[in-house]
Amino acid sequence: MSTDDLETDLTRKTENSPRELLTRSFFFLCAALSVVTTISIVALLVTEAAKFFTLTAPLMGVTGETASIVDFLTGTTWQIHNKEFGVLALVSATLMITIGSAIIALPLGVATAIYLSEYASKQARSVLKPALEILAGVPTVVYGFFALIYITPAIGVVLPGIGTFNILSASIVVGIMIIPMVASISEDAMSAVPDDLRQAGYGMGATKFDVSTGIVVPAALSGIFSSFILALSRAIGETMAVTVAAGAQAKFLNPLDPSSYLEGALPMTAAMVQLLTGDITGGGLAYRSLFAIGLVLFVITLIMNIISDYVAQRYREAY
Amino acid sequence: MSHKENTAEVESSNMTGTEDPTNDEMLVQTDVSDGLSASTSVSETTNAETIIRADDINVWYGDEQALQNISMEIPENSVTAMIGPSGCGKSTFLRCINRMNDLIDVARVEGELTLRGKNVYDDDVDPVALRRRVGMVFQKPNPFPKSIYENVVYGLKIQGIEGDYDEIVEESLKRAALWDEVKDRLHESGLDLSGGQQQRLCIARAIATDPEVLLMDEPASALDPVATSQIEDLVEELAEDYTVVIVTHNMQQAARISDKTAVFLTGGELVEFDDTQKIFENPESQRVEDYITGKFG
Repeated sequence: MSTDDLETDLTRKTENSPRELLTRSFFFLCAALSVVTTISIVALLVTEAAKFFTLTAPLMGVTGETASIVDFLTGTTWQIHNKEFGVLALVSATLMITIGSAIIALPLGVATAIYLSEYASKQARSVLKPALEILAGVPTVVYGFFALIYITPAIGVVLPGIGTFNILSASIVVGIMIIPMVASISEDAMSAVPDDLRQAGYGMGATKFDVSTGIVVPAALSGIFSSFILALSRAIGETMAVTVAAGAQAKFLNPLDPSSYLEGALPMTAAMVQLLTGDITGGGLAYRSLFAIGLVLFVITLIMNIISDYVAQRYREAY
Repeated sequence: MSHKENTAEVESSNMTGTEDPTNDEMLVQTDVSDGLSASTSVSETTNAETIIRADDINVWYGDEQALQNISMEIPENSVTAMIGPSGCGKSTFLRCINRMNDLIDVARVEGELTLRGKNVYDDDVDPVALRRRVGMVFQKPNPFPKSIYENVVYGLKIQGIEGDYDEIVEESLKRAALWDEVKDRLHESGLDLSGGQQQRLCIARAIATDPEVLLMDEPASALDPVATSQIEDLVEELAEDYTVVIVTHNMQQAARISDKTAVFLTGGELVEFDDTQKIFENPESQRVEDYITGKFG
């Protein structure tokens, strides 16, 4: 090899070769796609919602009917035909389904995770894990019909007179839906707890229960909290199951009153489906309210995600 | 082989006790007098009472045999060291004593291992109760992600021991030679301590519940020389009140701190068990001499 060849070999810039540039651009575009999509959706939500409110509509050049932002955020009556857009009626229904499903899914999910991580034999795990994954893969509309056809009649046996559509059965079915999420994220967090800590516990004469609840769960707490918040976000955004099971009549209910769970109501997501599939005209006030609800929903889930990140950072254990 | 003679000798003095139906009463008596004898005891191992007796212990991990026919007598209130090359089964033997091997699915233990005459592998023995009497310190410091205080009282809480926790914490940390370094930050996380401090915290945690035996699995192997020598001093002090069984891969450490030494060699065999001085100065077995002098292993 001549010295000339050696020189060219050493100075060639592989980083700027056409192939490297091409692949780098391709991967960047793929990554950028999701960012662009997110920004577009947020922009669309914000601009369309802005056209809905009296306060902001002139800025968007809209001259037609508008609604008061204060009435929207504080009103408790949702009646499109009477031009009453009180989003709290929808928020209360969503909140109740979130609370109801959390009461079911959080304890069951964590208990499942503890069993899988600490107690289950290899065989038990090999059955349970796929079963949970299947549970997570069932189409949500199927869950809705499951609630309508099985859960509501079953509740009717205990509480006769319960309506066909009710928050309780929607909560139960959403709870069942999010159990796999709580269980699998919590189990990952528990499995990541170093075995040294379990050994330390057993070496002190701890029982399996002591080790699971006193050592593993506290050490995995940040992961468990994250699973809670992600699952609750999922419950808030869940659409098909609640559209089928919760009802179609918007009604403001008190989430702290147990009896209100027996009534039907219209959660935010179901209201949006109703607006989209109804006979409202594009460009009208009712149509724009769709985006206003969407924006509220988006803000709620965004806050949940921020909390989740904060909790994960704050309570992360460096072993 | 010397360990056989040794075993036979102690066995003959102990046999009747083991077989005697009134042994349980003796057990209780020994327990009661433990505190008294401990304070006055001198590490004179030849006359000390045997607390742990292994009789023909075999251990398998799946199809692989980890220990072969281990028999030995561990005297009370002394330091017994287990040395040998990696994979010789010394840690496995240690984990037989408090049945930590139960936690490994594929592990199978055969033979008899008695603690004060009671076979710990009897069906009626609860490993949880056993581990409350036989404390353990691990190779890698493993404090819980809790405060220093909570770490020390953990065993008291799960075992339902009542008492003045503040006092027990102070006393345990003092005995673990950690008190002066942490007394002003008892409620900070145990994980914020240095490696050597963490290991002393683990020792404090183990002795807080006042076990009879303290098992230590290479407790200084992850530590720097200064921390190592602190742990070694500590072990010698602890032997005044506890029976310490320590696994180490550091032969000088075994020579420095132990009263008796067991040499395990490859294949899970106990080749020689005798007074430490004898093992290091005049071992019976050529293989042990080769190992001690660094010819292999």
